[in-house]
Amino acid sequence: MSNSITEADAKPNIGTVSTRSTEALNEPRIAIRNLDFYYGANRALKAINLDFPAGQVTGMIGPSGCGKSTLLRVLNRMYDLYPGQRATGEVLMDGENIIAPGIDLNQLRSRIGMVFQKPTPFPMSIYENITFGVKLHERLSKADMDERVEWSLTRAALWAEVKDRLHSSAMGLSGGQQQRLCIARTIAVRPEVILFDEPTSALDPISTLKIEELIDELKREFTIAIVTHNMQQAARCADQVAFFYLGEMVEVAAAADMFTAPKQKRTQEYITGRFG
Amino acid sequence: MTQTVAAPAPSRRPIGDLAFEILATAAGVLVLALLGAIIVSLFIGGLPAFRQFGVGFLTSADWDPVQQVFGAVVPIYGTIITSILALLMAVPVAFGIAFWLTELAPTWLRRPVGTAVELLAAVPSIIYGMWGFFIIVPFMGDYIQPVLIDWLGDLPLIGFLFQGPPFGTGIFTAALILAVMVIPFIAATMRDVFQTVPPVFKESAYGLGCTTWEVMRSIVIPYTSTSVVGGIMLGLGRALGETMAVTFVIGNTNRISTSLFGPGNTIASLVALEFPESPAGSLKLASLLALGFLLFVISFIVLAISRLLLRKGKVA
Amino acid sequence: MSATLSHRGPARDAVVANALSRRRQRVNFLVEALCLLATFVGLAFLALILATLLYLGFSGLSASVFTTITKPPGSHGGLLNAIIGSLIQTALGTAIGTPIGLLVGTYLSEYARGSLLGEAVRFVSDVLLSAPSILIGLFVYTVMVSPFGGFSGWAGAVALAVIVIPIVVRTTEDMLRLIPVALREAAVALGAPKWKSIVFICYRAALDGIATGVLLAIARIAGETAPLLFTSLGNLNWSLSLTQPMSSLPVTIYQYAGSAFDDWVQLAWVGALLITFGVLALNVLARIVLRPRT
Repeated sequence: MSNSITEADAKPNIGTVSTRSTEALNEPRIAIRNLDFYYGANRALKAINLDFPAGQVTGMIGPSGCGKSTLLRVLNRMYDLYPGQRATGEVLMDGENIIAPGIDLNQLRSRIGMVFQKPTPFPMSIYENITFGVKLHERLSKADMDERVEWSLTRAALWAEVKDRLHSSAMGLSGGQQQRLCIARTIAVRPEVILFDEPTSALDPISTLKIEELIDELKREFTIAIVTHNMQQAARCADQVAFFYLGEMVEVAAAADMFTAPKQKRTQEYITGRFG
Repeated sequence: MTQTVAAPAPSRRPIGDLAFEILATAAGVLVLALLGAIIVSLFIGGLPAFRQFGVGFLTSADWDPVQQVFGAVVPIYGTIITSILALLMAVPVAFGIAFWLTELAPTWLRRPVGTAVELLAAVPSIIYGMWGFFIIVPFMGDYIQPVLIDWLGDLPLIGFLFQGPPFGTGIFTAALILAVMVIPFIAATMRDVFQTVPPVFKESAYGLGCTTWEVMRSIVIPYTSTSVVGGIMLGLGRALGETMAVTFVIGNTNRISTSLFGPGNTIASLVALEFPESPAGSLKLASLLALGFLLFVISFIVLAISRLLLRKGKVA
Repeated sequence: MSATLSHRGPARDAVVANALSRRRQRVNFLVEALCLLATFVGLAFLALILATLLYLGFSGLSASVFTTITKPPGSHGGLLNAIIGSLIQTALGTAIGTPIGLLVGTYLSEYARGSLLGEAVRFVSDVLLSAPSILIGLFVYTVMVSPFGGFSGWAGAVALAVIVIPIVVRTTEDMLRLIPVALREAAVALGAPKWKSIVFICYRAALDGIATGVLLAIARIAGETAPLLFTSLGNLNWSLSLTQPMSSLPVTIYQYAGSAFDDWVQLAWVGALLITFGVLALNVLARIVLRPRT
């Protein structure tokens, strides 16, 4: 535990854990109420209740298989792609239960974007990678589209590196650049919420640092949920942290409280590295 | 017992090992030799025809056993036109099947339906020929062709493709049978390559709000385009050399008809039909072998391109 | 939210987004429906062919089909010589082609990895896999029939063997490659020479897959017609001599189906029924054999 704090503190650019407290959490943008999730007959999430504060970062931690990624995939209904997976309970956004049948999934996913573990540039140019998602939901003039591309690439801290080769293939970018392109692609659609599923696990430390800084920037405009297996990352990025274990949410608290004074024994054991 | 005294000789291999490797390598070389032998034997067999007619063999549309004049234009034209027509009909259907099997079908249906499609590929070609001759030809002649001739025969520009008497046989029917035959090959290849796209790429497109079709069109197809073209070429290779199914329904006429409903011939059907009436050593037999050589060259090129594309797609 | 959105243009136009969404859903629905239709068409063709065979072939099926040889029209012949001829040529073709294919597959998987010769062999074998079978018939005609005095059962068997080889090569190589390195190393660690570890360990481990390949090859050549037209020719009399023209089911079907005699056409349908269901049964069997592995 002490180890992770000192490491986080050693890096000057990263927000310090100690300034965050419970009172700093905003109104919820998404509220999960009594959520259960099943892979076939296997109950993978058990009676989850969790709020995602607007304009802030919620970090989800826990050992592999604890259900944290599953929860993320509930939020944008990704599980709908796979037969045998289903969720019960409520996930409320603007008073609407987004896991209810009859929701327009394509529009839902444009409001709740997702960035994956591995960079997934599409087999097209950098420019087209950005416009691809935008065109699904909006009709923009060429000028507006160019502006959107520049805006999203700038927000993803990639503009300077690619502005001279927008029309070359996205496959030629480095891993870290590809992941930032995926972030740009996601924010170009102008979602309200962005889900990050271990976004740096395939990246080198320098790229990781860039992405973390980016997340810190983005939370001013988006509500963010991030799954990470890296405790330091949760400490650096998140305002609120939720700890999952065996499909249950053991504890949720403001990041400062979570890392300094966890209430549950299992949480304490996990964040001090005793298991997981 | 003297062996135990001798120092171990690490580089020396057991005689059985060497023999087995030589045997296996020889078998590999035999396959190469087989290909070489097929090319050479067909070429030598066709040499009298090439000698007699020269380039004219490739440019003449005559096929006259009485005058002993033989040209390859009609069967080459028939081979290419039936195969391309067959692909035009087969590719959309095969794509639909592959798309349905990989993305749309309920899980429990994928295996049985996939197997059924593969079984379609296993039906012997003679059965397709017979079925085409006794079932499809009358059906085409009585119902499909008269209607198409009525509707399309008078159109400007393309009307000529749909004119003439509705025999039921002919280029169009042959292409239809070929299409049914190659659908399972193309569908199976497409399904296999579609399945190689990592789920995370599809998920990230879904994550932007794509529909299933948009994911297929914008992500899966661009990712697999090389292999998909390879699979289509594989189907083309099949169609070019198909014999029995075509022989029954093509109409066996050695002239080029402008109408798709007119009769014709393909290299394979011509060879199969004329072979019994070609005495050994005759110029006609040599011409048939020469046609076989041409068919081999065409299908080798197509199949080679197909394999290269499929292999390249696998690496990428 | 609109306050934070302001600096990047107006908030998304919900009307446009809804209209776009509806249109995209419609297109998607249309494509999905067409795909379902395509699958239906594919299955319908299979069903139609099988139904035709059952309808037209089953009524002619009787014991005499299996006990009587082909006879002139009107004299109640059967298909005995054709069935026996097919069995002989298919068995011989498999017997000749399988060991060669097995060796080539072994060479590709165990000895040729990365070598130029191996690449060439693999490529050529894959091309032969799809090469027009009529050309294989013509090839065997020019090298066996024409120079050595005529059509024969042997020539038919050799032509079929040439078709068997690439099929067995493909499955053998694929199956051998699936065998874990640890298994080979375990054999070598026991002091077994490489050839013994291949023959006694790898072949055994890959047996299901190799058997599948052989079954598929049998299914393929059992229905082949074109190569036999130029090699074993067909024989309407009873003959078991491999040096004489030999009857076969597909060639008999070809001759009978194209004839003007109703009883011959009827027998052709019976033959078609037998061969198709035999071939499909082999295919299903091959899949059952392979299933435990995958």
